[in-house]
Amino acid sequence: MMIEIRFHGRGGQGAVTAANLLVDAAILEGKYAQAFPHFGAERRGAPVVAFARISDKPIQVHSQITNPDIVVVLDPKIFELVNVVEGLKNDGILVANSKEKPIDVDVKTYCVNATKIAKDLNLVISGWPVVNTTMLGALVKASEIVSLDSIVEAIKRNFSGKLGEANAEAARRAYVETIEC
Amino acid sequence: MPLMSLTGNYAVAHAVRLARVKVISAYPITPQTTIVEKLSAMVENGELDAKMVRVESEHSALATVFGAASAGARAFTATSSHGLLYMHEVVWWAAGSRIPLVMAVVTRAIGPPWNIHVDHQDIFDQRDTGWIIGIAQENQEVLDMTLQAFKLSEDPRVYLPVMVGLDGFILSHTRAPVDVPEQELVDEWLPPRRQPYVISPESNYVMGNIAPDEVHFLMRYSMHEAMEAAKTVIKEIDKEYGEVFGRSYGGLIECHNCDDADYIIVITGSWSGDAKVASDMLRENGYKVGVARIRYIRPWPKEELEELGSRAKGIIVFDRAISMGGYGPLYSDVAGTLYSNGGKTSLVGVIAGLAGVDVGAETFKETITSIIHKIEENGFFFEPQLWLLPKDYSSREKMMEVAKRWL
Repeated sequence: MMIEIRFHGRGGQGAVTAANLLVDAAILEGKYAQAFPHFGAERRGAPVVAFARISDKPIQVHSQITNPDIVVVLDPKIFELVNVVEGLKNDGILVANSKEKPIDVDVKTYCVNATKIAKDLNLVISGWPVVNTTMLGALVKASEIVSLDSIVEAIKRNFSGKLGEANAEAARRAYVETIEC
Repeated sequence: MPLMSLTGNYAVAHAVRLARVKVISAYPITPQTTIVEKLSAMVENGELDAKMVRVESEHSALATVFGAASAGARAFTATSSHGLLYMHEVVWWAAGSRIPLVMAVVTRAIGPPWNIHVDHQDIFDQRDTGWIIGIAQENQEVLDMTLQAFKLSEDPRVYLPVMVGLDGFILSHTRAPVDVPEQELVDEWLPPRRQPYVISPESNYVMGNIAPDEVHFLMRYSMHEAMEAAKTVIKEIDKEYGEVFGRSYGGLIECHNCDDADYIIVITGSWSGDAKVASDMLRENGYKVGVARIRYIRPWPKEELEELGSRAKGIIVFDRAISMGGYGPLYSDVAGTLYSNGGKTSLVGVIAGLAGVDVGAETFKETITSIIHKIEENGFFFEPQLWLLPKDYSSREKMMEVAKRWL
């Protein structure tokens, strides 16, 4: 079975890195996986999209994901700009950086205040909270597509020392604080 | 060892490291840049004992590695799109001098309008240069094909440079699991560098001198013969690589569902994977469709395609490039090949996916189904240019209206 995930964020928030880390975690678990960005004329602050596929069989397709099983939204304001649930499967999941249910749709939704967690852990670059690793913790809580241990391991392999530890803690905290909303 | 999570570009860099390349030179261009960034890091941290030469242009980058290779070093460069066009003159020099070399080409559209996304216009532009040209479908194959390129290029039956094509972003910036072979195994498998001649300050070779017309003619013939020989060498290497490293791809083409196929899709690059999934879906609907993925556009897999053409009811070619005023480049070669069979097979050329316009398995399925219906209704269908226009621009009129506004 193949699970398709679409990440929505703003340039600079780490949506592409989130997809990469998720795929690293899946590969650590011996799964097949694929993470890829959608590069348009993106720049810092503009809405961006990244994709990930996880499967128990080799993945042949390379096209963009139009009917995701899971949508992860890194920025609460994106909901006003982009129809993030476009193409989301009926039994799909929405995982949102939001204090409460962000949009009135009939979709199973999980919420976490990722911005607060990132700020608490000082995961801030040029004044911007970087919420990608936090949202991976939320994604794991909502879907269990990989284990939290694998996400933490993938984070530590990509970021060394204190930075790795802070990002790992962000994922752990989000895993605890994420609730269905 | 567990699989590594690598982008296509990093898979190239690991292959170059494993081949113990001695000289690297390149000029940055999206989406190639991360190949040489990774190689620079490998040289810096001591993983790779190579000289990294910084240059001011792609023309100089290839000239540098061509010079190093002429002097006996295993050498590598990488580029993309406009960079590849800028080095085009030296591309001919390297092949005509019969100097073994390897270059990664991260395929990308050519401007204007400016575009950084995948199509095959840049790599097909090099088709006639005398380089062997492979195009991979997956990151694993990118690593394997790059590693094999060194052995192929340096085989005395071949002595031609090799390009390894990988699709911009779709492979170059996509992370996927890759099995990276052990260095010791590669060292046993890849022989020391061989080349037809080595220049040094003491040697008295004259390179690129004016030769009699007849000699020039004969050198073209000998390059063509070397290409023909490369067909055998590619298959040999593919087989032995499978024995040593556990992966073989089928030589010049990789066939999926071909055995009893009535219809054969001819395609190359990463979107072949989506076409394969479409062929599986079509089989569930009762259509016997196979995919012949072209792994090497040069040398051209004429014999394999002749064989497939002789037993298929129809061949459908998908081109991600267009010779404007002519045909899709894959289509031209397929049409040339099928004539040997008297032109009895239905043949359709589809132009699609230019400038990175996304084509997924569903679109392949719909397009192929409608072509099969035409073949079955009429008994024969010939259409060299079927333009698969982007979604929301699905009429020619609408397309032209938009194009005019951009002129």
